[in-house]
Amino acid sequence: MAKILVVTSGKGGVGKTTTSAAIGTGLAMRGYKTVIVDFDVGLRNLDLIMGCERRVVYDFVNVINGEASLNQALIKDKRIENLSILAASQTRDKDALTTEGVEKVLDELRQNFDYIVCDSPAGIEKGAYLAMYFADEAIVVTNPEVSSVRDSDRMLGLLASKSRRAEKGEESVKEHLLLTRYNPERVIKGEMLSVTDVEEILAIRLLGVIPESQAVLKASNQGIPVILDDISDAGQAYSDAVDRLLGKDVAHRFLEVQKKGLLQRFFGGRE
Amino acid sequence: MSQADLLDQDPVFQLKGSMLAVTILELVHNDLERLDRQLAEKVAQAPGLFQNTPLVLGLDKLPAVETAFDLTELMAVCRRHGLRTLAVRTAREQDVAAANALDLPILPPSGARERAIELAPAQSKPAAKPPEPARATSKIIRTPVRGGQQIYAAGGDLIVLAPVSAGAELLADGNIHVYGPLRGRALAGVKGDSAAAVFCQSLNAELVSIAGVYKVAEDLRRLPHWGKSVHVSLSDEMLNIHLL
Ligand SMILES: Nc1ncnc2c1ncn2[C@@H]1O[C@H](COP(=O)(O)OP(=O)(O)O)[C@@H](O)[C@H]1O
Ligand SMILES: [Mg+2]
Repeated sequence: MAKILVVTSGKGGVGKTTTSAAIGTGLAMRGYKTVIVDFDVGLRNLDLIMGCERRVVYDFVNVINGEASLNQALIKDKRIENLSILAASQTRDKDALTTEGVEKVLDELRQNFDYIVCDSPAGIEKGAYLAMYFADEAIVVTNPEVSSVRDSDRMLGLLASKSRRAEKGEESVKEHLLLTRYNPERVIKGEMLSVTDVEEILAIRLLGVIPESQAVLKASNQGIPVILDDISDAGQAYSDAVDRLLGKDVAHRFLEVQKKGLLQRFFGGRE
Repeated sequence: MSQADLLDQDPVFQLKGSMLAVTILELVHNDLERLDRQLAEKVAQAPGLFQNTPLVLGLDKLPAVETAFDLTELMAVCRRHGLRTLAVRTAREQDVAAANALDLPILPPSGARERAIELAPAQSKPAAKPPEPARATSKIIRTPVRGGQQIYAAGGDLIVLAPVSAGAELLADGNIHVYGPLRGRALAGVKGDSAAAVFCQSLNAELVSIAGVYKVAEDLRRLPHWGKSVHVSLSDEMLNIHLL
């Protein structure tokens, strides 16, 4: 049975698209047929992060409007076998997505994929609502700062009351907390909330902690999902998160300030 | 059996009183064929409904004019459908005779016992009818109440068994209980009940109000009760906060 996974947050710029690309890729690498769907109509950038922007011919809205078939619009990833992308439209406005249209496309995707990863736009308006409405599970991406935690909390409220599962009185949407852009040094200085703080406020299961990392920017500039950079801290942290999503018990890493390596201590080290 | 055994004072049994839950089949018509058919239908709807289920046969609801019937046959019908007769509830002479013949215990007709209890002088006044279901109007919430959500318990208490986030709002005509941190707003007695109270496991509220008298986070934060388990009540138009 296909699973619909929404990557959501309320707040913008917290790492939803980075996460959708990484988690989707990770699932496909583990053998699950996966499609990542960009719901951010008007501001599409999933295709950029996945490095397939030049191959976008038809998009999500074209499929909803019947201007293209799903097969025509799906972009198969060149690196990972089981992975496809459905891009958002760059030109349309947010109203181009309708509940019936989205449902029809998701139902069709369910026939052919194990995981449907929905990359939500920011906010709690139509696009974000439609991205989460059909979800079976939600990854709530949160940065360790008060405003981001507040927005995630609101989003959790919507998932619990406005999702299809909630409306139908079915088993509630399974919620996962993914803390991204985590910087242990700034936590110690009191400039950021700690993992414990955020877990305590949101009171949901911690799927992972992704450290603030240069590797993310580098990967996105190259159009490579950061999870493929398997020597980077962020790549490894995303990899652990995918394993946990699939039910593996993996210890959390990158929560503490990293001890400086020998070379860094000799040459680049402060103090 | 040896002499020693007969003299042994060690009790070989214990008497225990117990309230046994037992199925009662109250027969209203003496029509064993229809009974057979209707029992079969019941069992078809819920297979395994009766499996050697102990049964009391209530014959006391049969109209007095109803012709006499075959108790043995009635028990056989019941047994076919998984019901095993323990006793008969009756006062009719011919039924008592039939039950005695089968060595079946006889219970007094329904209602007879209640009357007997009322007559007993030692018995205190019969238990009053269950009180009006005041509790039925209280609302229980088991999942976190998130920012932007509002929950109102009309006509009763609101009980939350989860955290209440900043930006969430709880309203109740009665009391508010939060078994978790209260980080949002809690307004008890919103229709003016000044006897209403707010209870929470950790006071981190943005606002607490009882019957319109309130304190906001800026005031609450200064108190030693901040972050603690508290009971908030109203007296003389003042909010009192006590540690629990
Ligand atoms: N773990 C991280 N470390 C450093 N930068 C990050 C990290 N995660 C995301 N970013 C950066 O944050 C910005 C916003 O990320 P993006 O995934 O587009 O967020 P969203 O989709 O939530 O708007 C991007 O510039 C991205 O490179
Ligand atoms: Mg995005």
